[in-house]
Amino acid sequence: MHMADALISPAVGGAMWAATAGLAAYAAKKVQNDLDDRKIPLMGVLGAFVFAAQMINFTIPGTGSSGHLGGGLLLAILLGPQAAFLTIASILTIQALFFADGGILALGCNIFNMGFLACFIGYPLIYKPLTGKNPSQGRLFIGSVLAAIIGLQLGAFGVVLETVFSGVSELPFSTFVLLMQPIHLAIGLVEGLVTAAIVMFIMKESPEILQKTALGHSLGTISIKGVLVTLLIAAMLTGGALSWLASSNPDGLEWSIAGVTGEAELKAPEGIHSFFAELQGKTAFLPDYNLKHPEKSIVAGAKAAEEKEAWPAVDSGTSFAGILGSLLTLALAYSIGKGLRRFAKG
Amino acid sequence: MLKIEANWIDLRYLDALSNQNTFIHRLNPCVKLIAALSFIIAVTSFSKYEITGLLPFFLFPAVLLSLGNLPAAPIFKRLLLVAPFVLFIGIFNPLFDHTPITKISSIVITGGWVSFFSITIRLCLTITTALILVATTGIDAIGSALLRIGVPKIIVVQLLFMYRYLHVLVEEFVRSTTAYSLRSFHGDGVQFRAWGSLLGQLLIRSIDRANRVYQSMLCRGFDGEVRLMRTSTLTTSDIGYLTFWMVFFVLIRFFDVPELLGKLLMGVF
Repeated sequence: MHMADALISPAVGGAMWAATAGLAAYAAKKVQNDLDDRKIPLMGVLGAFVFAAQMINFTIPGTGSSGHLGGGLLLAILLGPQAAFLTIASILTIQALFFADGGILALGCNIFNMGFLACFIGYPLIYKPLTGKNPSQGRLFIGSVLAAIIGLQLGAFGVVLETVFSGVSELPFSTFVLLMQPIHLAIGLVEGLVTAAIVMFIMKESPEILQKTALGHSLGTISIKGVLVTLLIAAMLTGGALSWLASSNPDGLEWSIAGVTGEAELKAPEGIHSFFAELQGKTAFLPDYNLKHPEKSIVAGAKAAEEKEAWPAVDSGTSFAGILGSLLTLALAYSIGKGLRRFAKG
Repeated sequence: MLKIEANWIDLRYLDALSNQNTFIHRLNPCVKLIAALSFIIAVTSFSKYEITGLLPFFLFPAVLLSLGNLPAAPIFKRLLLVAPFVLFIGIFNPLFDHTPITKISSIVITGGWVSFFSITIRLCLTITTALILVATTGIDAIGSALLRIGVPKIIVVQLLFMYRYLHVLVEEFVRSTTAYSLRSFHGDGVQFRAWGSLLGQLLIRSIDRANRVYQSMLCRGFDGEVRLMRTSTLTTSDIGYLTFWMVFFVLIRFFDVPELLGKLLMGVF
């Protein structure tokens, strides 16, 4: 579920970073405007709670395997969406830094997939309407399970889209979706059941904790309009920044876009691929992304029939030089590292 | 050992590593953060079939491990723990991409294998960089760097608060889960019936603790504003460090050094 840097492109990573930064700025402003400064230690401690709870194994009845808690929905229920979003973001940051679980460039994607979708979609649009102000046990149960499942399905779909757009993995969209969604149906179910079990326990033992957030007591109600406006602005800014970057630094970024359109164009027009190919054709902001450009067609045409022309002629001399040079480079990097160690100790 | 305990030990270990006093540890955290981010962007911006161009980037972790006096073993261990998921996605490349790319003696190498190999290299580079960043900087300094590059204060405060209480809560979690597993016959997994009560109890205790923390903060004059100490001197070695890596990244991003070296060697012999 945590995306790694190895599978994403700077364009996708950057765009998701910008979207996440916009959301975080919005949430930070909302939380700061809230006068209840009790929230600061509460967010910290509950973040630590979820972090630690994620490492506990839950035995799934009848299967012998075990599941985990993600915690996005639980935090939203306890803290309200904005504070929960910030808390999830800091959990994912610590995981990326200390456990290398999810990359630094991919952090934007991960916060979006696991934070935004749980806190700003799953919680206000599914959990809240289903549970209402004075929820019964049954409603709490159904609300938690459904919100968790839908949140995780959206998150998994986000992973698929971000990976496919990055173009590093060759997994076709349809195969990847079929791989991810069913697994996350199971994961979402466990997440929902654990969340429901905790919420129902809290409801019995100390209901005042839940009532505060249910009444919007501690944090203001969420404005969907605000969220959408933030997202839109972030997307526009990124579009602008990226097109500027793309024109000054052609190959990497152009390659990733060419990879996406190339694949979409070459595959039989099916579903979302052809839709995005069309969209991209209409919105192409740089004439430079012309796929007929000889250099780009190398990558764009990876699966095309004329690939043999596009690929440089197989020359074993060049590849031998490449291998020799690679070994030498690695040896150099290693010995420079080794040599410097003495310097560090001295 | 419980998983939670093992993870906690890793966390403490990285913390301990970040408390050393080497050339790298003394650098300004902003500079280290920017260098690491540029490194990751440079590595990920290569085309998916790139292998040789990525190799010179190994100099960055090698130098940092060395100058930062970091042991390689725990970082490789973490790499091995994280690798399976990424490689699982990556292994589909050889299945879907059969474009012939090059030939080593008589074996034809397909694009899928080349891009799979490239993903593996990216994985090694990006994961070691993240871990090295935290092992040479420490969370407090990263917090101050984040503040300096414009991250809203409440986010940084939340991050540091969480990190601080993580250690407190993990201790409590380890005690509770150990107690649970000693009294049950199911290994270290928590049975369905105890899901709500085990975590619920811990949650109530955590919230109580948050309230006590808040009260003691009030006793010490907390007024809603958390004051963070910033250390922000930019020395010549900071500027030198950043300039060196930036120039190096740009050079190896646009020139295929291994290819050139290989050709040079072939020319000599």
